[in-house]
This record gives sequence, structure tokens and C-alpha cells, in this order.
Amino acid sequence: MDVLEKLTILTDAAKYDAACTSSGGNRAAKKGYIGNTSTSVAGCCHTFSADGRCVSLLKVLLTNRCVYDCKYCVNRRSNDTRRAAFTPEELADLTISFYRRNYIEGLFLSSGVFRSPDYTTELMIRTLRLLRETYRFNGYIHAKAIPGTAPELVEQLGLLADRLSVNIELPSEAGLKTLAPDKTKSAILTPMRQIQARNCQNKEELIKYRHAPKFAPAGQSTQLIVGATPDSDFHILRLTQGLYDRYHLKRVFYSAYVPVMEHALLPAKDVKPPLLREHRLYQADWLLRFYGFRAEELLDEQHRDFDTRVDPKCSWALAHLEFFPVEVNTADYETLLRIPGVGVISAKRILSARRAGRLRIDDLPKLGVVMKRAQYFLTASGKIPDGLRFTPDSLLRSLIAAERPQLPQQEMVQLSLFDAVV
Amino acid sequence: MIYIYDGSFNGFLCCIFDSYANKEVLTAICRDEDFVPTLFASRAIQTDRDHANRVLRKIVKCSPYTAELLQKGFLTCLPDKELYLYHLVVKLLKEGPGFLRNFSDETLYPVLKAVRHLQGEVHLLKGFIRFSELGGVLGSEIEPKNRVLPLLRSHFCARYQNETFFIYDRTHKEALFYAAGKAVIRPLEDFQMAPPDETEARYRLLWKRFYDTIAIKERYNPKCRMTQMPKRYWGTMTEFQNADYFKAQSSSAAAPAPAAPAGISGPGTPPEHGLSAPGSDP
Repeated sequence: MDVLEKLTILTDAAKYDAACTSSGGNRAAKKGYIGNTSTSVAGCCHTFSADGRCVSLLKVLLTNRCVYDCKYCVNRRSNDTRRAAFTPEELADLTISFYRRNYIEGLFLSSGVFRSPDYTTELMIRTLRLLRETYRFNGYIHAKAIPGTAPELVEQLGLLADRLSVNIELPSEAGLKTLAPDKTKSAILTPMRQIQARNCQNKEELIKYRHAPKFAPAGQSTQLIVGATPDSDFHILRLTQGLYDRYHLKRVFYSAYVPVMEHALLPAKDVKPPLLREHRLYQADWLLRFYGFRAEELLDEQHRDFDTRVDPKCSWALAHLEFFPVEVNTADYETLLRIPGVGVISAKRILSARRAGRLRIDDLPKLGVVMKRAQYFLTASGKIPDGLRFTPDSLLRSLIAAERPQLPQQEMVQLSLFDAVV
Repeated sequence: MIYIYDGSFNGFLCCIFDSYANKEVLTAICRDEDFVPTLFASRAIQTDRDHANRVLRKIVKCSPYTAELLQKGFLTCLPDKELYLYHLVVKLLKEGPGFLRNFSDETLYPVLKAVRHLQGEVHLLKGFIRFSELGGVLGSEIEPKNRVLPLLRSHFCARYQNETFFIYDRTHKEALFYAAGKAVIRPLEDFQMAPPDETEARYRLLWKRFYDTIAIKERYNPKCRMTQMPKRYWGTMTEFQNADYFKAQSSSAAAPAPAAPAGISGPGTPPEHGLSAPGSDP
């Protein structure tokens, strides 16, 4: 089998992994080495695939042979699909050649479980070592830590990679038991805890010894599949919050479940992936990380799922109308961040701009405030935009109308004279 | 009063210097090649390095941020950028740097918007540039709206410090050359990329295959892709080229490309012309 064919099979098998970021590392170029990691906060996207997702790293599996039989996965043991495996040399050559042509920012190496977690991790370590030591590759590497791997191997992997990730896959233990019988919650959380502890320890080492080897300097991330199990958004968001609080994850990725097979325990194959739900979860995830929201504020036992018509921040604002309007000339940073349509950048710009003089409504769009949402929730020098009239009832309708063009449109259906009147 | 300068950054700074020296208020600042004679009074400005340095020193002293804005703003594609930048300097010298905090200020905002556009384009191009290897030299072409090469220089020189590479800017007809730790930007009238050899064609094909495979069909979303990666970048990206682009042409790989300009004698040799005067910075 030639490399082109292997690449096709192993990319196809890896594409359902959502994470493809190159942010978080800031390693400068080194003499005699090729590459560095992106200095930009947002990482660097090298292209966008036809589904609109960023392609930053060469995302492949080392092999799609797998001893596990997770029901939702295309690479499960019982699936009749073509199997392939890269040799470490092929993969290292591919990475370097792509990197030199500026196709990619680095390598995202994941793998099916071949023989055992330890054996697979050893193969991955061999590939990464070849890249780092023989090819002197200094760019970004994201490696998957496979649940059940020996701690010593995770340690070695972390010293070679920039970011490690352990996939939680399903948001509840019950889901894991039914759909991924070979995985357990504790097997997933053990390496996660180890990476977090080692990361903390590494920070201290780096303070004492400037040249101490860095352990996964870009931190760790994880991924959840949304829509394969009946878990609610509230449950997922609280889980996410726990991961950020207790495991200091950099990112939690959500992957809308794409039905790849027919199974009694899974959604039917003609179900569309819940993309809008995934989108709302990402929006809420941002609110947790950058806007100072807590999961319990956004959802509760009565409202267990997000309103798909408006974004989570608007939903929160509509439920807390007593908080508004906010006067942009006097409100503090945390309060500004609560206004729908005001983000981290525009809030900081407001803070800076109002030291130069009082802000008027006309100034706000220039500072990056999205007025179609924000206009209902703020005042500038005591004024709201001219001619704006609304009541709490019309507010929801206006916000939904503002949001609608962004949402996927319903398919047009030809009306028929003979349809039954509903 | 209309001032005419030579198109260089120093020339522009001299316009500012002379407007103060002559106590004249400028209504337009033109490059000499764009200037169309009018009935309004105009003056041709001589570029003087000392005058330019004096202006820049003064601006840095008042506000280093403005100096950065001037340098970046001068690279943007904003129409009449010189006049906007001139107004910014005049306001800075008259009122002090306080107004710079307010991004919605009417003098600052147009410049800031143009600079953000420039920086956005630079950020995207850091990812979207595609190199082709031809005889050990990495070459690429871009078609940006702004003059991005000065801002791309440090990124690519750090990343590929052991390589020899060049980036040709089709819009502004200039190229960034890098070899042996030195980088220069030189005007280059015409350039045609030589056809790929076997290895290059193979990697192009591998990349194209990777790109086509990584998309999830069930999530097909062309609008999102176009928002993130506007179509104007597609022309120079490997994954959007037609079938010819992936065919190796072994016969012509040995001979220098017929349309290769005088500056770089062939795809195989490092660009000597570009490296003869590394100190001078356009």
C-alpha cells in the first residue's frame, strides 16, 4: 500500500476528531531546527475544509486497527473497513514535507488501539522521537494519550508533544458503559489527572531551572460527542465546568455525533448531526472561559437545554432583565461582559475609550460592539439609540429575527393545494 | 496644497516635515507616479533622510504607538492613506496622545480600520501561503490587497531559518528573498513559477488528497468556509488548483524556466540579485 492510499484511509478515520488547534505554544525558532510554534493567541489556520472547519495540523491516525469495539466509532473492531498503518518514517517524512511547504502547523497524532494502549503509545513515541530528534522538528505536535497507558509512557509522550489530549468521548458513565464497553471513566480520568499534576510540577521546575524540559507546554484538551447519548446540555456544561475547574483543561471540544452506523443504542442513521446544539455549546463554553459565567447561571434543572433560537448569552439576558440597561460609561469590566453583543475585545476598548471622553451611542459600533443585539441592553450617556422602541415581549422576537439569518435555513417545500389543512 | 513625494516612507515623512516648515495645510499627498497635474498649487518634495528621521523621532517621543500605526498604515491599501496618516500626526502634535485611547475617534478610526485589515490579511496569509520546492528553493506567490511582505518577513524567516525561500507578491510586483539568514524585499516586475518536478507533484497530490478527505460530508458548509477563507485567497492555494497543477513535468525541470526574470536565474539557484545589498530596506 503506498503512502497516498494510507493517507486517505488514516485521514478518513481521523476526521471525526474535532480538535485541530495550534494555539498555546510559544516556542521560538531554534538554530539547526526547522520550525517554531505560532505566536498568535488564536494559533494559525492553514486552510478550511469544505465543512468550514479549520485545518491547522496534519490530523491522522498512526493506525486505524483497533482492539476496542466502541459502538459510535468508525474504527471499531467489528466494522468492516480497510485498515492501514503508517510507519514512523513515512509519517515523519510527510510531516516535514508538508511543514516545509507551509501546508500545516504541525502534527496531530492519534491512533486506534493496536494490540494494547502501551504498545500503541510506544509506537507514537517512536514517531515523535524520530521527528524531534532525527528530523529536528521544532513545530507543534498534538498527541492523544490513550486511556489505560502506563504513566511512564504518558510522561515520555508529554515531553515530546506540545499538547496532550485524552478524549472523554461520552458525557456520562452510563453512556460509556453501553456504547464504549472497553473504556471506563476512571481509565480516562487517570491520565488526565497525571497530565495536570505533571504540568503544575513542570511550572515550578521552570521557575527553578530555566532549561528544564517542558512537559506539554500547550496544556491538555479533551473532546465530547454530543447527541449520541440522551445527556442534556446542562449535564454537559456542568461536566465541562468541572473539567476546567479541576483539571485545568485548555479546551473542551464538542463533536456533533455523525451517524456512521445503524445500532439499536444509537440515533438512527438518517438523523442529521446536531450542529446547532454543538454551536450553542461552544458559545456557552466561551462564556465559561472568558466571560465569567457559571454553568448554573446559564441553565438549571428547569431549563436543561439551550434555546436554539437565540444564543446562551441572550437567553441569560432575557431571563435577567432587571440587570439591564447597563450604562457603558460607568459599568465595570465584568458588567460590560454581560451585555449581549459586547465581547472581550470591545469591552476592553470601551474601558480604554471612555478615559478619553464620554461615549455616545454612535461610537459603540466603531469599538466593535454588535449593536443589533447590544442596543436593547445598554445606554450611553443615558441614551438608547434614536427611534428604538421595544417591550420585554417584542425583545425576544427582535433578537430571534436578528439571529435568524445566521442559522441554517429550513428547506423549502412546494406547497400543494391538496394538503390537509392542519 | 498638494504635495508630491517619491512613494517611500521617508518621502512621506518629509512631506510632514515640509508642511510644518512651510506652514502649509495639505489637501492631498500624491506619489509622483500617480500625480495628475491640476490647477491647485502643488509642490514636489525632496526626500531627505535627516528630515524624515527628525519627524519619526518626534512622533516616537510623543507616542510610540502612533509611530507603529504610521509604519503599518503606510503598507495598507487605504485610498489616500497618506492624508489620513498626516491628519493623525497633526492631531497628535496639536493635542497630545490622549485621543489615541478612543478607538472611535474620527481621525484615528479610518487608520485603525485599515491597519486591522492589513493585520488580518497578514494573519491569514501566514497560514494560506503555499510553498513549492524547486531544486532546494522554496517559492510561493501571493495576491494580497495590502503590502504584507514586510510583516510576513519575521514569521517566515524564523520558521524556515535553514531554508532558502522567496515569496512573490503579484499585486505589488515585489518579492521577499531569504537565504543564509538574510532577507530582502525587492521589486520584481514579472515572475512565473516553474512546473513541478516528480517529488513536488507527489506532495501536492498528497496534500490535495488530505484536504479532500478531512472534510465531513454530513457537515458540508460552504458558507462557513468562505467566511473563514475568502475566495480571493484560493487562487494561490494548492488545494484549489486544477489537475495540471499536480502533474510533474520532468523535461522542463532541468532547464531554467523561460519566463524566470533576470533577478533569479532559475528555480534552482539562490537569488543572488536580491542578496547583493542586504542592508538596504525598501
